[in-house]
Amino acid sequence: MSGRVLVGVKRVIDYAVKIRVKPDNTGVVTDGVKHSMNPFCEIAVEEAVKLKEKKLIKEVVAVSCGPQQSQETIRTALAMGADRGIHVDVSGKDYENLGPLQVSKILAALAKQEDAQLILLGKQAIDDDCNQTGQMTAALLDWPQGTFASEVSLEGDKINLVREIDGGLEHIKINTPAVITADLRLNTPRYATLPNIMKAKKKKIVTVKPADLGVDVTSRLEVLKVEEPPQRQAGRV
Amino acid sequence: MLLIHHTSFYFSVTFLLPMHNPVTISKKACFVLQAEVFPYPEIGNDEVEEIKQLVAPVEKFFSDDVDSAKIDREATIPLETLQGLKDLGLFGIMIPEEYGGLGLSHTIYARLNEIIALDGSIAVTLAAHQAIGLKGILIAGNEAQKKKYLPKLASGEHIAAFCLTEPGSGSDAASIQTRATLSEDGKHYLINGSKIWISNGGMADIMTVFARTEVEVDGVKKDKISAFIVERAFGGIASGKPEDKLGIRGSNTCELSFDNVPVPVENVIGEIGGGFKIAMNILNSGRFSMGSSCAGMIKKLIELTSEYAATRKQFNKSLSEFGMIQEKFAMMALNAFVMESMAYLTAGMMDRPGVPDCSLEAAMVKVFSSEGGWICVSEALQVLGGLGYTKNYPFERFVRDCRILPIFEGTNEILRMYITLTGMQYAGKILTGKIKEMKKGNIGLAIGMVSKKLRTSLGASVDLGLTGKDGVVHPSLEDSAKKLEQNVSLFGSTVESLLYRYGKTIVDEQLVLKRVADVLIHMYAMTAVLSRASRSISIGLRNHDHEVLLANTFCNDAFFKNNYWMVQLQKHSPENNDANIKKIAKQVLENRAYICSHPLERTY
Repeated sequence: MSGRVLVGVKRVIDYAVKIRVKPDNTGVVTDGVKHSMNPFCEIAVEEAVKLKEKKLIKEVVAVSCGPQQSQETIRTALAMGADRGIHVDVSGKDYENLGPLQVSKILAALAKQEDAQLILLGKQAIDDDCNQTGQMTAALLDWPQGTFASEVSLEGDKINLVREIDGGLEHIKINTPAVITADLRLNTPRYATLPNIMKAKKKKIVTVKPADLGVDVTSRLEVLKVEEPPQRQAGRV
Repeated sequence: MLLIHHTSFYFSVTFLLPMHNPVTISKKACFVLQAEVFPYPEIGNDEVEEIKQLVAPVEKFFSDDVDSAKIDREATIPLETLQGLKDLGLFGIMIPEEYGGLGLSHTIYARLNEIIALDGSIAVTLAAHQAIGLKGILIAGNEAQKKKYLPKLASGEHIAAFCLTEPGSGSDAASIQTRATLSEDGKHYLINGSKIWISNGGMADIMTVFARTEVEVDGVKKDKISAFIVERAFGGIASGKPEDKLGIRGSNTCELSFDNVPVPVENVIGEIGGGFKIAMNILNSGRFSMGSSCAGMIKKLIELTSEYAATRKQFNKSLSEFGMIQEKFAMMALNAFVMESMAYLTAGMMDRPGVPDCSLEAAMVKVFSSEGGWICVSEALQVLGGLGYTKNYPFERFVRDCRILPIFEGTNEILRMYITLTGMQYAGKILTGKIKEMKKGNIGLAIGMVSKKLRTSLGASVDLGLTGKDGVVHPSLEDSAKKLEQNVSLFGSTVESLLYRYGKTIVDEQLVLKRVADVLIHMYAMTAVLSRASRSISIGLRNHDHEVLLANTFCNDAFFKNNYWMVQLQKHSPENNDANIKKIAKQVLENRAYICSHPLERTY
């Protein structure tokens, strides 16, 4: 086993920002708006770094798909303890139309290229709430999946997982290699301290293009319109 | 098309001395405020990225893990919060990496302070530790001292404090009485005395203490101040109970008493007898960040307050539709803009290689920011009316926390004196020669001065290279730049005539000097905003039109204020009430009371 874990991190609009729809209804305003790492991705990074600290795995590789600014998100993962980063460069219209299907193809290709033992992702991104990438990636690789994980423990070449599902908690055991998606209560992510951020500057980020991985990022979906939800009406008691 | 020239531009206040008098110095006497204020200092792409990275966790920490209301209520910073700050690396921001710090520049320090300032108690605790507490070791310590003390100070394992002020010596720092006497064996100094208002005094492990020492200068025994690194572990140090303060209540402030504290001679910072200069250098170097701290705080207040103004309705309109409310927001935006511009201009200059002395600029930033900040928090509270007055909202805490700003790190009164006198020092040296001539009855000189004044006042504007074809300022800021040029020109002749009028006694004319300082501060502010806005337009920063609007509005306002102050400084100016003010003050102070008869009294 390579002992290598791939962690996907997505750059999204910060959770505290008040989202506004663009006047032309084609999307939301992103220009000049504060962005940060998707909170569930932070939890995934934290879990990967914890596994490394327990010496259960050897290397944490942070991956992000997006424009130049995605490198900031990778740097945050490096500051949290990831060893190196891969930036899959997708920008412009391709980026606007990037969705779980294309990302999962990219992750699958990278997993094969990097000989990954484990892929850790957040359960969903807070901008599109898709909750699909982990599942699709596992399917493409024909790997077992442990989604909505609130507890993860490695046992030899198997993984014990507790999943948070609607009915309660489900305990499962899966083989490796596998895809795990992190849920809220899996852990509390550490702060990327300033000294660690400075140290992370020395860690490497490699940039690749989807074509290099043999992935076609054209979207099969077309966004017709984006609008605000209807205003809440006053209630009646 | 780049409209900014990369040739550096010197901001100068020039008073041209009479050229045709054979006795005069023939070269121009330039009072140069500082080199290179155009173009606005810029940092590399890598540094911008780095700043974004560094700012993110600090912002998160302050919004998620800092309970400012609790810190204020309980008058203490919880240990977990302090530990979190240490883990983040915030105790050694400017300590070089080789000693375990982050080794960051003044610019990044200023940027981080925008966030740290959101909690006044934490801001003061960190500043007392690194901006002044350990600064002495950093700027004047030898290698052995740095190696020994800086690593633990950088990690926060040890906390530092700056011990200068005494019950009888505040602004008059040179009059301190704490004494350090050399022991018999010459290996230790014994420190005796007491210090007051010491931030971090109750928890500091390492203190920079200033005390009088006996030195021999040319065979004469003199008393000079020296600086010492004192460890609490040396013994003999007692801290008083924490002061119960109006604001920054989570910051520990107390008295310290030193009873025969033995300090090894290796712990003297710099030279024996050189302590006062070190103290001034330390204080001067810490001031500039107040600009970014206040700007950070005001920007936050704008967010909090505008939310309220947009939703609160009275008379069927939201508050944001009323003129007097709108004015407050404009004022806050203008102040934040000016403070940012001045702070980062100063920080950028300080980061230039060659250790330039920016103490004058830092002092100007401090005065403007502390007073502007005080007004802004008060107006922000006003927008929320009764709600703002309650503890349910943070505004009253911001008001209380801000009140210390014009007081500490050098009172604004002292700093105004410093600003003016330093500014005029150069000119004064040149002009002393002239005054001697005048006293000898050299009439030609006097006439020369008058005629020169006539020429300049008739609109011969001073060309500072700001505007025009090769100007460094963008055309949309041209009017403002011309106003600055006019102010500078008038200022030059104003100061010249003041020096002639008063000579050396000008140091006692505080009401005159106050105005000179205010004009200087506003001119530096105008320069900073023009430089910044010019850059923003040239590189096409987002919302640069708004910056132009802010810059022009501020410059217009400052222009008229400056002119009014300078008019008041003219001889026998009817706009000047100083003589009467002094009379009133004298009568009130003599009687230590208000002396008017009560309006209801009768004489029959």
